[in-house]
Amino acid sequence: MELHKSTSHALLEKLKNKEISSQDILKDLASRISKEDGKVKAYVRPSEKINPPELKGVPVLVKDNICTDGYNTECCSKILSGFKPPYDATVIKKIKDAGHSFLGLKANMDEFAFGSSTENSCFGPTHNPWDLNCVPGGSSGGSAAAVAADEAIWALGSDTGGSIRQPAAFCGVVGLKPTYGRVSRFGLIAFASSLDQIGPLTKDVRDCALLTNIISGYDANDSTSINTPVPDYTKALVNNAKGIKVGIPKEYFVEGLDPEVKKIIEEAINKLKNLGAQFKEVSLPHSEYAVPVYYIIATAEASSNLARFDGVQYGLRAKAEGLIEMYKKTRRLGFGDEAKRRILLGTFALSHGYYDAYYLRALKVRKLIKQDFDNVFKDFDCIITPTSPTPAFKIGEKVDDPLKMYLSDIYTISVNLAGIPAISIPCGLTKKGLPVGLQIMSKHFNEEMLFRLAYTYEQNTEWHKMKPKL
Amino acid sequence: MSIDKKTVEGVAHLARIELEPKELEKLSRQLEHILAFIDKLSALNTENIPPTSHILPINNVLRKDEPQDSLPVEKALLNAPDKQGKFFLVPKVIE
Repeated sequence: MELHKSTSHALLEKLKNKEISSQDILKDLASRISKEDGKVKAYVRPSEKINPPELKGVPVLVKDNICTDGYNTECCSKILSGFKPPYDATVIKKIKDAGHSFLGLKANMDEFAFGSSTENSCFGPTHNPWDLNCVPGGSSGGSAAAVAADEAIWALGSDTGGSIRQPAAFCGVVGLKPTYGRVSRFGLIAFASSLDQIGPLTKDVRDCALLTNIISGYDANDSTSINTPVPDYTKALVNNAKGIKVGIPKEYFVEGLDPEVKKIIEEAINKLKNLGAQFKEVSLPHSEYAVPVYYIIATAEASSNLARFDGVQYGLRAKAEGLIEMYKKTRRLGFGDEAKRRILLGTFALSHGYYDAYYLRALKVRKLIKQDFDNVFKDFDCIITPTSPTPAFKIGEKVDDPLKMYLSDIYTISVNLAGIPAISIPCGLTKKGLPVGLQIMSKHFNEEMLFRLAYTYEQNTEWHKMKPKL
Repeated sequence: MSIDKKTVEGVAHLARIELEPKELEKLSRQLEHILAFIDKLSALNTENIPPTSHILPINNVLRKDEPQDSLPVEKALLNAPDKQGKFFLVPKVIE
């Protein structure tokens, strides 16, 4: 039986009927990983055994920045080398409480989630299963590539500026960034605390709803989690788009959008039109400011969050005579190039004399970006855009030009700044055979609208069944 | 606004990161390039806009002041690069 090719809901049905056991799933996955991961490299520290704590249900692959009690969690950074958290993240607890386990092994990522290609990992890049010369996207590239290559059934990633949705689009899988505050961040090693959210990467929309059900909810350990009821998201899986009002932001269909991606997105929009959704052009006038605002706020928060990596309590420590020297050497040796760049940029934006011009101004423009969305959602149920302006790019293509790399997140970043939920679903392949993702956004806590529209599209198309040839 | 090598050196000290001369050179160039792009924000008039420190209306999240379980010392020290008894050991701070 090729269990690794299944969705989780199909496996859960088989588990329920006692046709298979969790052990069967694990065994099948292990052989798939040992056969294919040499090429894809979605997993880190592969010498560790796949050995989930109390195996049950359908094991979930977890990104390397989510704490798992006693299991290495290193954010793919040298500075956290050997770190074994003394506790589970809330999402891990919830996965266990729901009758599942985490896979034991962890997924590759850009160091501290700093990146859009998974090339900034201290373990080396992950390769896109659709074209091994291409990046899988990032920063949750390992999670996305593993699900696409059937090396995992379902996975968790984290999304600060597109880090779930962009790799989902590049790898042809489903990825959701929930509303800020929907999922507890307790035990997620912080990058930018006002933007980070954990979310699922799955093979179809039903699995995405199932995993969102499991991880959502209030947590007293995260003061930014919101105490509102969690609906059963599988109830939103209705094959009906009639009357749904969709806005198409004109600012997203301009220069820089790959013509092939544009055509595929337009075809998807036409499909949804035929299924009864109503489309109208809208405007998000401050879209062009999203990337600069993000790279001030996200790096400022990162520079503060990453101050804790100083060689005192965990991870790497460099030998030095004095304390300050120890800090400086440890951080020089422990952080990669992109981490250093972001820490310096963030420290600069917060430093005396520059705070007002950069950080304070960015916080103000963030308000304008949020207001743009509030205005559109007064009249529309959701907004549809491409997830990324291009399909997956070549490994090495953007590593020397950080700004070019930052601009690959141009369509995903505003969502984090506004705190709203958004999903990416596969909607086509380019002539070269690379997947394209359709992004659907909605207002705060309206994940149900995303699931309904995504499910309707999926049920009437075949893209989610496409598999890469490895 | 632009950023020169001296400013980057100062920021690196604030961030407690040692930089090789070559690294300093490269990072200064890259940061200048990035900041030039970010400077497009100054085109906007933001005078009367309140800053967003939080995207959702939550303030003053409090809990009852009751004792709860905390991380045991032995567990907290498990990952310590160096320790002595119940303490993290660090290089000498005061001469």
